[in-house]
Amino acid sequence: MMSSSGLKTTPQYRIWLFEPGIKETRPLIFNLRQLAEQRTSALLPGHRMCAGCTAPLVVKLASFAFRGPTIVVSPTGCLEVSTTIYPWTSWAVPWIHNAFENAAATASGIYAAINALKKTGRLKYDHVDIVVFAGDGGTYDIGFQALSGMAERGDDVLYILYDNEAYMNTGIQRSGGTPKFAWTTTTPVGKVLPGKPQHKKPIAEIMVAHKILYVATGTPAHWLDFMKKVRKGLEVNGPAFIHALSSCNRGWRVEEALSVEVLRRAVDTCYFPLWEWTPETGYLLTDRSLVIARNPALKQPIEKFLEIQARFRHLLRPENKELVKQIQEYIDSVWEDLLRRASNVPR
Amino acid sequence: MNILEFKPKYPREKQIMMLLNGDEAVAYATKQSYVDVVAAYPITPQTIIVERFSEFVANGEVHTEFIPVESEHSAMSACIGAAATGARAFTSTCSQGLALMVETLYIASGLRLPIVMAVTNRALSAPINIHGDHSDAYLMRDSGWVMLFVENVQEAYDTTIQAFRIAEHPEVQLPVSVHLDGFFLSHTMENLYVLPDEAVYEFLGGPRKLVKVKVDYFDEEVDYALNPAKPLSMGMLAFYDYYFEIKTQQVEAMKRAEKVIVEVNEEWYKLTGRRYGDGLVDPYAMDDADIVIVVMGSSASTVRSVVKKFREKGVKVGVLRVRSFRPFPHKTIARLLKEAKLVAVLDRAASPGSMGALYLDVISSLYMEKEKPIVINYIYGLGGRDLSPLLVFKLIEELAEDLKRGFVPEEKVVRYLGVRE
Repeated sequence: MMSSSGLKTTPQYRIWLFEPGIKETRPLIFNLRQLAEQRTSALLPGHRMCAGCTAPLVVKLASFAFRGPTIVVSPTGCLEVSTTIYPWTSWAVPWIHNAFENAAATASGIYAAINALKKTGRLKYDHVDIVVFAGDGGTYDIGFQALSGMAERGDDVLYILYDNEAYMNTGIQRSGGTPKFAWTTTTPVGKVLPGKPQHKKPIAEIMVAHKILYVATGTPAHWLDFMKKVRKGLEVNGPAFIHALSSCNRGWRVEEALSVEVLRRAVDTCYFPLWEWTPETGYLLTDRSLVIARNPALKQPIEKFLEIQARFRHLLRPENKELVKQIQEYIDSVWEDLLRRASNVPR
Repeated sequence: MNILEFKPKYPREKQIMMLLNGDEAVAYATKQSYVDVVAAYPITPQTIIVERFSEFVANGEVHTEFIPVESEHSAMSACIGAAATGARAFTSTCSQGLALMVETLYIASGLRLPIVMAVTNRALSAPINIHGDHSDAYLMRDSGWVMLFVENVQEAYDTTIQAFRIAEHPEVQLPVSVHLDGFFLSHTMENLYVLPDEAVYEFLGGPRKLVKVKVDYFDEEVDYALNPAKPLSMGMLAFYDYYFEIKTQQVEAMKRAEKVIVEVNEEWYKLTGRRYGDGLVDPYAMDDADIVIVVMGSSASTVRSVVKKFREKGVKVGVLRVRSFRPFPHKTIARLLKEAKLVAVLDRAASPGSMGALYLDVISSLYMEKEKPIVINYIYGLGGRDLSPLLVFKLIEELAEDLKRGFVPEEKVVRYLGVRE
């Protein structure tokens, strides 16, 4: 695949090789030019994710922040089926898919194996990081038990949720991560029901309640913030969880060109605040959300987020004004609550 | 080899006698097998395995990482992750726990990971029941696992160690389950002989060795494992263009396992002086038998002891214990049974709407033979109901009558043994 076509010399196609015994930790690069020159993604080009999907951005940015030897686990989902169609793979790092609900348990097994192999001198790396990239179905719903178990056991795994807010792989069915009043194929907008009746499960808060070592939210639109958080999540010696919002142009009914813009607006409207939490610091707002906390006038109305997504089209009809108000009130209350808890907010 | 001259490498005086129940014997065998990762969830009657193993970990007697997972599904998932990373992995479960992990059993075999699992066979709900039957084992019949049924505590110990050898054999690379009947073996104390630690270590060839695979982006063959030095992807999506070939490779590996089980059984004999038939089936008094009883698991002991009595009275009856349920030794079984006149296959689980799973395999083995016996199916011992010697006595008398009559009417081909009318 590589040697004959000469792709080995093209940096973006590089497979990541870490010889046993390697000591160095790769520094985190903040300069875009340096990043482009010195780093290649763990997700190679040629995968079959949709145009406009931001899940590959989540993976690429995260992989720019990897420290060194890393094993990736993915549960069943868009990312898995689109990047490893046998006999091809887009992964430049060791990668495994087991089933839908067991990415965290699989990661626990890998962690235990690494410990046992290191203990007996059969694995010669200082550290091998384990990173899970899982969708919302595999995290909020079917995979939640395994995730909670892994967190409780304290296994040293970074679990990154790319949350596109529905079962997009099977064709846009509602999940525990789907927001209230969103259209999906199992919460269709009908004469009686205006989309999904329930709010999104506060998954990151639930992981904070597990008292693990690091929890954060992020989006690929706020890439520097996200990369820093990935590195922090890898550096703690225990479980870490990052909730990354990831737009899906098929499911959100958003134009491909706006796939990053819609994530920016999610943060600007405080629909998806950016924060991190550690047991020592508690909640800290980061990046754009910290800016908004310091200057509340920058907070945008929720319509700015809703209006570019056709999954919320019905909410913009005059008769549904009340529903938008409900969403706004909910978002405001969650944001106010976060402002009260975050220790770096000016009071 | 002259049987009188034969002396195993570890004769009995060099082995250690212990008093253990089946669960403890499995835990002890696992302790000696240099297992890297054990992930398990408690379920009766398997619990003692997990408890004893946790003690070995707590006392620093093993290097094993023990993962106290939150479900059986996660137990097998973690074993898959561990085995994919190159570790020797073990778990144990039964019944509802096995039912919960069925999804991942297929993944373990599909990914060709040599995981070993002890199954303390227990009935499936509903009604909920904790005692031994084979309904859980039959549930995993087609999952691509090598399935070995043991008869007593000694064999549970021996087979657990053998299972690692079979699973990790380069020609096999399949997961292996060791089936011991819940309570009948799991909780029954027996004297058994165990090997010294170093003998087991040597028999297994030390820690797990990885097989090499060819990946087109490396010039040389690479370890089949998640290895940062030579990355590869595992658990990929394969459609109609590749899935079929991947699955047929699994079928072929299972065929090769048949040979390996026989070899390992023989090697074990040279090491310990113990063997179980040819490893696949364990025949008793079969040479001139008109009536043969085919059975799996702990009931074989009961059946054999009663058959012995009938033999003394001159009744030509024998026992064929099936040890390897998967791979099913069709040819061996056909060869051993074709001369008999009447065969009774005992199934410790029902298949509503069909016949016993063991029965179906036995009759399909015989189908291609020109001369074949009448084969009857008995469903017995559901939910752990005891197969008493008296019941076996009545069974053989019933079979003797059938033999005298010379035919069995269709409606009497499948019968219950020991059920209230």
